[in-house]
Amino acid sequence: MPIEVDGKTFETDEEGYLANINDWVPGVATVMAAEDELDLSDEHWDIINFLRDYYEEYQIAPAVRVLTKAVGKKLGKDKGNSKYLYGLFPYGPGKQACRYAGLPKPTGCV
Amino acid sequence: MAKADFEIPELKEYPEIPPVQPGATAGLKSFVAKPEMQDALGFPGELVDGWQEKAIEHMGELLGKYRSLQVFLDSCVKCGACTDKCHYYLGTSDPKNMPVARQDLLRKVYRRYFTFAGKYFPKLVGATDLNKEVLDDWYSYFHQCSQCRRCSVFCPYGIDTAEISMAAREIMDRIGLGQKYCNEIIGKVYKIGNNLGLPGPALEDTLEGLEEDVFDETGVEVKYPLDKKGADVLLVTPSADFFAEPHVDGLIGYGKVFHEAGIDWTLSTTASEAANFGMFIGSYENMRKISMRIREAALELGVKRIIFGECGHAWRVAYSFLNTLAGPWDFLDKNYPMPQHILEFTWGEIQKGTLNIDKSLNDDMVVTFHDSCNVARASRMGDEPGGQFTIPRNVIKAVCNNFVDMDPDTTHEKTFCCGGGGGLLTDDLMEIRVKGAKPRMEALRNVIEEHGVTNMAAICAICKAQFTKVLPYYGLGMDMIVSVHQLVSNAVILTGQQTEEDESKEDDAA
Repeated sequence: MPIEVDGKTFETDEEGYLANINDWVPGVATVMAAEDELDLSDEHWDIINFLRDYYEEYQIAPAVRVLTKAVGKKLGKDKGNSKYLYGLFPYGPGKQACRYAGLPKPTGCV
Repeated sequence: MAKADFEIPELKEYPEIPPVQPGATAGLKSFVAKPEMQDALGFPGELVDGWQEKAIEHMGELLGKYRSLQVFLDSCVKCGACTDKCHYYLGTSDPKNMPVARQDLLRKVYRRYFTFAGKYFPKLVGATDLNKEVLDDWYSYFHQCSQCRRCSVFCPYGIDTAEISMAAREIMDRIGLGQKYCNEIIGKVYKIGNNLGLPGPALEDTLEGLEEDVFDETGVEVKYPLDKKGADVLLVTPSADFFAEPHVDGLIGYGKVFHEAGIDWTLSTTASEAANFGMFIGSYENMRKISMRIREAALELGVKRIIFGECGHAWRVAYSFLNTLAGPWDFLDKNYPMPQHILEFTWGEIQKGTLNIDKSLNDDMVVTFHDSCNVARASRMGDEPGGQFTIPRNVIKAVCNNFVDMDPDTTHEKTFCCGGGGGLLTDDLMEIRVKGAKPRMEALRNVIEEHGVTNMAAICAICKAQFTKVLPYYGLGMDMIVSVHQLVSNAVILTGQQTEEDESKEDDAA
């Protein structure tokens, strides 16, 4: 199902992930979050931006541990854990946050 | 946890056999593979013209190749012993999830085209033409089987539904109707080297991070080497071990055990995946191609031994098929088993007394163990029958003071599948995954209530991922599920490791 952002149409796959990562604009995350009845705060954006930077360097989403460690370093140790991330992204940081960030879905036994 | 748009089964104190609800999960269909995913595996991109004839032709080929398939299709006497043994039937009430009915979806077509009675008197023997309706049922219900083989334990003829479901998936793939989850993943193994699609630099970064973490925690430099030429041991582990929780805690544990045992080991980017989804789709060619990566890595690095990490079906492929798929392994050191399971290795080190273990470090847990189906029913560990059951439990008991087994009707060879095995671990099948987990959840809840169990340990990447996702649907914490080597990791005190006691002594001295 394609999504509409500022009058522009973006193709997505059957699970709602952006078809082409290069198409991404911040509005994509806002619109996807709105569909999940979620308002994106600065905390959400910190994660989304980290995911995009990491993907650009490594061509894959970061491992959960890499993500929690980076969050812990940046925002304080109490936030460097999965619980904090699940608090922000209840469908799972790996999948929900990746989708907002325009990244492909992690596949495999995860 | 996502909101469920389906009814979550109610857990009962004793297992109940539900009354049938025909068609309850007929509409539950896994996403179909896209043409490019099919191409990568050598299958037609979409449903081919004349698919009926081609499907029958492929069925004939498989019957000629696998004698077992024909025996399984011929020998069912409809005794009913299997009907209440499948976790998907118990969780969904759909009668086509009874193993005999699942088999019959293929059997009725087999009879029509390959038996005398079925050719001439189809109605008398329940034989039917292969039409679109039958194909739809195949696609739904052969992707609602996790190939766990529990039903075959109870079948007086030993009919293996897994093998029938693998054959059905292979036929569907070859007429252009593949499943997205499995086929996309196999494509990633070919293109990048593992199910997740983790490229070399990402692996390196992740492993460096683990070395830092273990050092920060223990003050000991434990290495997690990648592509180290001339290492003695190649560790082949599921790529989820690099990526997900609690998988990665197991990987940390393997590294600590190797470190203490003084083993020179390495991981490999070429063989950065133990899983072999070629088995799930019943494709010998793909299974072989995936296995060959392990051979390639072993030769490239010049290792002497190969050890497999915690992955259920990988151990089946390794233990039962690797020799014919990718052997002979005559270039490896013959003094060691090939393949060897990480639990066999760790148990050996525990018996030798190499590891300094403080069991009390796991005293905050009461642990139970989930036998993974492919380890339990399709392989073995160690030198004695039943080693696949005793060795994991021995290791857990060596590192934990509190261990409790679940109901014996749900463990050992009668273990229930986690609900996500066999290529079903995908979000588009969440309903079947949650419902299929019901029998395991019931047994788990009973030991929680009776014995205060706090954690369930597993030795399979699929089980770990599946439970992390489905436990919350049943009101249980996702972090209840732990890796067996995570328990080992918690309890092992590394040589030279700073313990809390040392630290407090230092503080006193200061």
